[in-house]
Amino acid sequence: MSTVVAEKPTGSMQGARLPKWFTVALAAGSAALGIGISFAAGLDSSIQWALIAAILFIVGTYVIATVVEGKRQAKDRIATSLVWVAFMLAVVPLVSLVWTTVVRGVKVLDVYFLTHSMGVVADSETGGGIYHAIIGSLEQVGLATLMGAPIGILTAVYLVEYGHGKLAKAVTFFVDVMTGIPSIVAGLFILSIMLQFQMQPFGFAGSLALAILMMPVVVRSTEEMLKLVPNELREASLALGIPKWRTILKVVLPTAIGGITTGVMLAVARIAGETAPVLLLVFGNPFINNNPFEGAQASLPLYIYQQYAGGTDASYDRAWAAALTLIAFVMILNLGARAIARWKAPKTGR
Amino acid sequence: MSKRIDVSGLSAYYGSFRAIEDISMTVEPRTVTAFIGPSGCGKSTFLRTLNRMHEVTPGGRVEGKVMLDEENLYGTGVDPVAVRREVGMVFQRPNPFPTMSVYDNVAAGLRLSGSYKKSELGDIVEKSLKGANLWNEVKDRLNKPGSGLSGGQQQRLCIARAIAVEPKVLLMDEPCSALDPISTLAIEDLIGELKERFTIVIVTHNMQQAARVSDKTAFFNLAAVGQPGKLIEIDDTERIFSNPSVQATEDYISGRFG
Repeated sequence: MSTVVAEKPTGSMQGARLPKWFTVALAAGSAALGIGISFAAGLDSSIQWALIAAILFIVGTYVIATVVEGKRQAKDRIATSLVWVAFMLAVVPLVSLVWTTVVRGVKVLDVYFLTHSMGVVADSETGGGIYHAIIGSLEQVGLATLMGAPIGILTAVYLVEYGHGKLAKAVTFFVDVMTGIPSIVAGLFILSIMLQFQMQPFGFAGSLALAILMMPVVVRSTEEMLKLVPNELREASLALGIPKWRTILKVVLPTAIGGITTGVMLAVARIAGETAPVLLLVFGNPFINNNPFEGAQASLPLYIYQQYAGGTDASYDRAWAAALTLIAFVMILNLGARAIARWKAPKTGR
Repeated sequence: MSKRIDVSGLSAYYGSFRAIEDISMTVEPRTVTAFIGPSGCGKSTFLRTLNRMHEVTPGGRVEGKVMLDEENLYGTGVDPVAVRREVGMVFQRPNPFPTMSVYDNVAAGLRLSGSYKKSELGDIVEKSLKGANLWNEVKDRLNKPGSGLSGGQQQRLCIARAIAVEPKVLLMDEPCSALDPISTLAIEDLIGELKERFTIVIVTHNMQQAARVSDKTAFFNLAAVGQPGKLIEIDDTERIFSNPSVQATEDYISGRFG
């Protein structure tokens, strides 16, 4: 096949290789050509020209690499390009989302915004803040974590360390089912109980629904982490005459603590953004309510929804600023989890 | 403070599969007994029945008697946790606890089984590390992670961890198979010293090692794959390696099969 040769091969194991700048050059060329074609055809969407450029890039890579380097290398390059394209497809929306939120959110995000409630502010007015929503979110998510994380971790410990029979199979099955519960259904479940006792909305009811949503996520991730702990460590501990429960507590769980923490934090991040159950059970409240056990409360996702529904420029700004706060909250949680995971992870000592 | 082990009519199962059949033997205190035999003949399984680790495996089940001096390990009401404090174990692959420092690894058995005096802990750790010939190498890095040591050091750390709880018997399941010759030599020397204090049982695939370290050698074999393993004979190591009473033993030792 190889008629055009970039560098002359000298040995039998040496084939012609495209130079290192080839990929970059081809990418730039495809992009330029993509834009050119789009202009000529009168397409004005940036997505269209990006797609044309991507197709040009992949086809170009394959053709040129086949001619110069041979079929196998061409396939290798195609696989690499496809992985890059997939990566871009995943990253572009993420970056775009974060960028939009930051740009729109910083407009009204300041200390005043973080420390005041919406108490006497109408939707159409500027001013007001999210203090009440932050308090509500922290309390509801905190209480949900206090309930969901221990139950989830203990369930995972049971499944990995103790469960072998029918009960373990049943638990696994129901955890799978729970993973698929839509958040509104969890909310309705708690609501039906509340209606039985004729209770008014309050923060803890939301926590219960959030805990239901959190548990299966924690069980799944903890289970995987515990399975990664080598059996030799359990046997080493048991062989020292250490009881099983202490082996689990002092050897198995510390070894897996990094991964477990990450799993719990991901679950927290998930429930922190839940709106539906909060809407049903906590109801929302423009005033500061520090007590999660009595009276309606606010929460960040619900606040965003309500401000967006407000429909005025002032409330749009507040919605974006609250969204930015929520993203920052989840981001800080994740960074915290990473730090804990790194700090607690087994050390190699080298 | 070592004790005699007296096994009679012992069979071990994995579910319905019988892995070893009707084994009887006596292990004298302050001796080293080596188990040799082809892979899959049940040496390790038998070793693990001696401190009730066999039943940790799902489906693991044991029939028969193991007497430790006057006590049957499989008697009614015997707590396996208490058995394992009397009969310690060292595994094939070094397995220090990755979350713990060198010091904590050695102290783990005492700390986690909950029977120690705080003031004595440091002394016990030092004594155990010295007993495992590791003290000089790690005394300046006691607070560093145990998994940062070399393979041979890790294995001696595991031995130190096992002897820190003062067992009466020490079981070793191919303790040198993952180690280089120098580390192996260090461990073999150590076994020679430890037999003054413990009854030692060691499983090994290395017949020279069995000849070097043990007083008695037991040969295990199985009739065919899928058949249970059996004890063929146990005798003084010298006799096993010079003039065994069973033909199969001689064939195995001289390399004619296996």
